[in-house]
Amino acid sequence: MTSTMTSAPDIAATPSGQALRFYGLWAIAAIALVVLPLVFSSGGSLTSFSLIGIAIIFALSYNILLGETGLLSFGHAVHYGLGGFAAVHLMNAVAARGWPIPLPLIPLVGGIGGLAFALLIGWVMTRRAGTVFAMISLGIGELVASSSLILRSVFGGESGITTDRTALPHIFGWSFGPQIQVYYLIAFWVFVAAMAMYALTRTPLGRICNAVRDNPGRVEFIGYDPHVVRYLAYCFAGFFAGIAGGLAAVNFEIANSAYLGAVQSGLVLFATFIGGTAYFFGPILGAILVTYLQLGLTNVTSVWQLYFGIIFIAIVMFAPGGIAGLLMMHRPLIRAGTLTMVIPSYLVAALPTLALACGVILSIETVARYTASEGDGNIINLLGIPFNATAPATWVTAAILIVGGFIVGRITWRRIADAWDRAGSIARDRGYLA
Amino acid sequence: MLELIVISTLNGVLFGMLLFLLSSGLTVIFSMMGVLNFAHASFYMLGAFFGYQLTKWIGFWPALVLAPLLVGAVGMAVERYGLRNTHKHGHVAELLLTFGLAFAIEEIVSMIWGKSPVDYRVPTALDFPAFTVFSTNYPAYKIFMLTVSVAIFVALLIALKRTRIGLIVQAALTHPNMVGHLGHNVGRVFMLVFGVGSALAGLAGVIAGPALVTQSDMAALLGPILFVVIVFGGLGSLPGAFIASLFIGLVQTFAVALNGSLASAFGPLDSSVGPSVLSDIWNVTIAQIAPVLPYVLLVLILIVRPMGLLGTRET
Repeated sequence: MTSTMTSAPDIAATPSGQALRFYGLWAIAAIALVVLPLVFSSGGSLTSFSLIGIAIIFALSYNILLGETGLLSFGHAVHYGLGGFAAVHLMNAVAARGWPIPLPLIPLVGGIGGLAFALLIGWVMTRRAGTVFAMISLGIGELVASSSLILRSVFGGESGITTDRTALPHIFGWSFGPQIQVYYLIAFWVFVAAMAMYALTRTPLGRICNAVRDNPGRVEFIGYDPHVVRYLAYCFAGFFAGIAGGLAAVNFEIANSAYLGAVQSGLVLFATFIGGTAYFFGPILGAILVTYLQLGLTNVTSVWQLYFGIIFIAIVMFAPGGIAGLLMMHRPLIRAGTLTMVIPSYLVAALPTLALACGVILSIETVARYTASEGDGNIINLLGIPFNATAPATWVTAAILIVGGFIVGRITWRRIADAWDRAGSIARDRGYLA
Repeated sequence: MLELIVISTLNGVLFGMLLFLLSSGLTVIFSMMGVLNFAHASFYMLGAFFGYQLTKWIGFWPALVLAPLLVGAVGMAVERYGLRNTHKHGHVAELLLTFGLAFAIEEIVSMIWGKSPVDYRVPTALDFPAFTVFSTNYPAYKIFMLTVSVAIFVALLIALKRTRIGLIVQAALTHPNMVGHLGHNVGRVFMLVFGVGSALAGLAGVIAGPALVTQSDMAALLGPILFVVIVFGGLGSLPGAFIASLFIGLVQTFAVALNGSLASAFGPLDSSVGPSVLSDIWNVTIAQIAPVLPYVLLVLILIVRPMGLLGTRET
């Protein structure tokens, strides 16, 4: 890791304005991490920030595989979970034996836990990329998840293994009992891990990972073994996922088999892909959004996971670049000054698209309430308007919104495409769009 | 002991044939379109739930025909409106689409039918013991399941080997572009194959539903095993999928039936050692490790023979 850290600023070779902007961005991120809990200081938001921080490291580590190296893994939570268990076991050992290891170093042990398993299994797994790798990662994930229920002494069976983070040696007088101290611990690791992972993308290894993703045959031709490159990427991803798992263990003071299960693996895939895999900040956006939705939607609806699935399918089908891809698509237009040509068509399209979305939400909620229970649970509150799930008027409204929204929406979506064509061709003439 | 062997062999072959109903569709779809259909087990689950619902409305026998057709229609719609549009973004995007679909289908099913198992019963016409082996009554419904899956297997074999459409499918497996150049509508063939594959999965769901548990997590439980089957048998190899299905079916059934552990074979460990990884492994029964076995097989085959039993290509 240290080697990747030191080789980071090849940025410095580029013009000083760019370097300034680069360090400025990281400085702003650091300040934001410090200031956030001062602005939103309630206990609930501190918990949310902590969860988001963990999710950011986890999603970024996943993007080393998916975005950088083109490896689609369905079992990434294995490293997260094993990192969590490594951290919990060490915390208990430190508390019992009185070793002088303070809490802030524990996530590093989690990382080593995740890395150890990656070193062990990675060589077999990364022999092939693509669909085969995806399937094998799923199998390995299931293998570890089912084994964790058998090896009770290590994984604690269904109930998991608990720990007490305050029992570790204190450092700077911090006991890490209050959530705010845990938040700053997580924020510190988010910053360090994000910087390390960004640096990794700038190293020759990071570049050759991209090459392996795009054209493994050519990589082999210039003298690198794609298998070795994939293996290294896999180990790095496992290490950083382990750090996230260690932080989760510190945050929740428990590690259980749910940490390494398929649900966790699915969530990190959702977060990374929804955010966008092509840009470094994509998974960060995705982790924030998915964690926020997860925390927010659970209070509002019982079928929040279905909305996740639908958002994910929509992103895969219509915006495979994710949110980051959608945002960055507009950069050449801003530079060429033609962004104003597409904005009006967006505004026009927003209304029917919103109607379509409302129709879909209304019909999903109607079905959910209708089948769940008769009684007072079947009033849906959408945009402040109460709808009765058992009333035909609600069904008709939903149908009209969906059909009408779709028909009108199609026309306006075509207008967006036309406006884009015009704005894009001007941007191309001015040399901002390839 | 002999009784256990006979019963477990019957059950194992039955489970293996069920696995083959699913894995055959999955492997044909994979080798033709390069798409690993993550939602394949979800179609199996849809089949079970459609079967349950239609049985309640119109009886088991019409449901046996209608539910797979419905699932096939869903599958064709997925191919036509989902996968075909995603194809331009590459195989990873297609795989992710089916992954999202599997997730969404599970949520929709648990939204409509709830998370607890539904009461999907064996039809009364088949609810009697077929024969008695030693002291165990073997249910007629299981014989019916076996008959249906063998019949489908034979029909599939004939359709693939002896009919014109089977020839086109076989050709499109290896040379999709050439088949297209010869004037066949490859897109329609893909849609057809996807539909038939989903319908087979649906059929497996309809007949397996009453015998196993019909619940919204049945896809998530079976899906990973299916992938093990097709990797184990060799990706894109139909005979490989057949052998692997039977093998894994038998292995799992026998493992569940056996209650031995290292402790029962060699005596208990010294109790002064206390709980450790060794004592966990020493005391675990074969029945308890049954869910892990397919994945152990997967790792072993990957180390020993990465292309699978009968696979030919490295993909």
